[in-house]
Amino acid sequence: MAHKILIPTPLRAYTGKQEVVEADGGTVGELLTNMTTEYTDLRNHLYTEEGKLRSFVNIYVNDDDIRYLDREQTALKPGDTVSIIPSVAGGGRP
Amino acid sequence: MKTDETPLALTNAEVARYSRHLIMPEVGMQGQLKLKTARALCIGVGGLGSPVALYLAAAGVGTIGIVDFDDVDYSNLQRQIIHGTPDVGRSKLDSAKSRLNALNPEVTVVTHNMALSSENALALFADYDLVIDGTDNFPTRYLVNDACVLQRKPNVYGSIFRFEGQASVFATSDGPCYRCLYPEPPPPGLVPSCAEGGVLGILPGVVGTLQATEAIKLILGVGEPLVGRFLLFDALKMRFRELKLRKDPDCPVCGTQPTITQLIDYEQFCGITPAAPAGTTAADPAADETTVEELKTRLDRQDTFLLLDVREPQEFEICRIPGSVLIPLGDLPSRLAELEGHDDLVVHCKSGVRSGKAVALLHAAGYSRARNLRGGILAWIDRIDQTLPRY
Repeated sequence: MAHKILIPTPLRAYTGKQEVVEADGGTVGELLTNMTTEYTDLRNHLYTEEGKLRSFVNIYVNDDDIRYLDREQTALKPGDTVSIIPSVAGGGRP
Repeated sequence: MKTDETPLALTNAEVARYSRHLIMPEVGMQGQLKLKTARALCIGVGGLGSPVALYLAAAGVGTIGIVDFDDVDYSNLQRQIIHGTPDVGRSKLDSAKSRLNALNPEVTVVTHNMALSSENALALFADYDLVIDGTDNFPTRYLVNDACVLQRKPNVYGSIFRFEGQASVFATSDGPCYRCLYPEPPPPGLVPSCAEGGVLGILPGVVGTLQATEAIKLILGVGEPLVGRFLLFDALKMRFRELKLRKDPDCPVCGTQPTITQLIDYEQFCGITPAAPAGTTAADPAADETTVEELKTRLDRQDTFLLLDVREPQEFEICRIPGSVLIPLGDLPSRLAELEGHDDLVVHCKSGVRSGKAVALLHAAGYSRARNLRGGILAWIDRIDQTLPRY
């Protein structure tokens, strides 16, 4: 079952500039695994070397944080949209 | 400080100034007096802090504290609307204070010329009712959050990147804090900064105005504050989205069993080690670096080497060092083949950060002689070719 994943601006460099990508998966974990199989450069930005989701990247299913659902085991229904929401720094000094 | 002896009232001049507030039931005389006695602290008077401070002053927030330590630069003026061209070179605090006083002489502007730190934040925040976070870096963002939680002051948060903004209200008595959302910062280098990525000048205007709106609502106690909600704004799509935020019972600072009960070393927490003082050679950092003077000598001598520019094409359009070849840092891993046959490489970017990453990548790929141009093209412009534009 294909679901849309919304890619935030800072990570679009790793999806060939695409804002939305599609991947298959019955759960959030499967979906992200399939997505990073296609876009391998994203893996380092989403996961630690131990394979854990990084703590400055939050994953939402629709408007809910998966940390308050079933985390990576969160089941996906048809039409669910997954968003990656990383922390961003703002203003910026060189 | 509010003096309890004098009954609080508006002067005729203030009534005239705030009449559009006074005739609204949501503000009215009581609300305007709340604004007059309120004390709001703006961390930074840059892109976000500019609209925040301007609107708070216009609205009649009685005491506005501003914290900054920077001077106004030409590159600020594209978005930092509190400052003007004649202010370039002035301190941002002086520039902002003059502008706010001119806008509304009825309000008191208190300048705090300092870099916010673990040593000064708690005492500073104690003097204010709420804090508006207009900072541009992770150490200060976590510092502001933790100090707000510890001092029980609402933290009106905003953040921007290119065309996208975020806003929320953290650290209210029953709402989540920034650490509930992001327990830890990204390691340095993994998330691009605005200095690398750029920012649409209007974006901080939108996000800062959202922050000012939330600050005014918190002071008035009206409406539904942006608590437990994370607002995302996409200027290109002109679309707002809202995500749910929850207070994390395990949050290290605002949870039920907090492990952070005083301010910590935020530079260290964010993985930033202090730069070695000039003149020291800790582990000889100069070994894989070169200077702009050395580069000039080698170019003049027509030595055989490749000068690799790892900036973005838009930056290459602005200025370039003659003879350089452009491969943006993000493209470098997939374009290594283009470097074949070039053993001797000098790599540069704008200021030396991205090219440092490129050199590390090149060393890992076997280009052991790749060296970073210290200070980047900015150093080249300052010390070799002042005819090129700085950006």
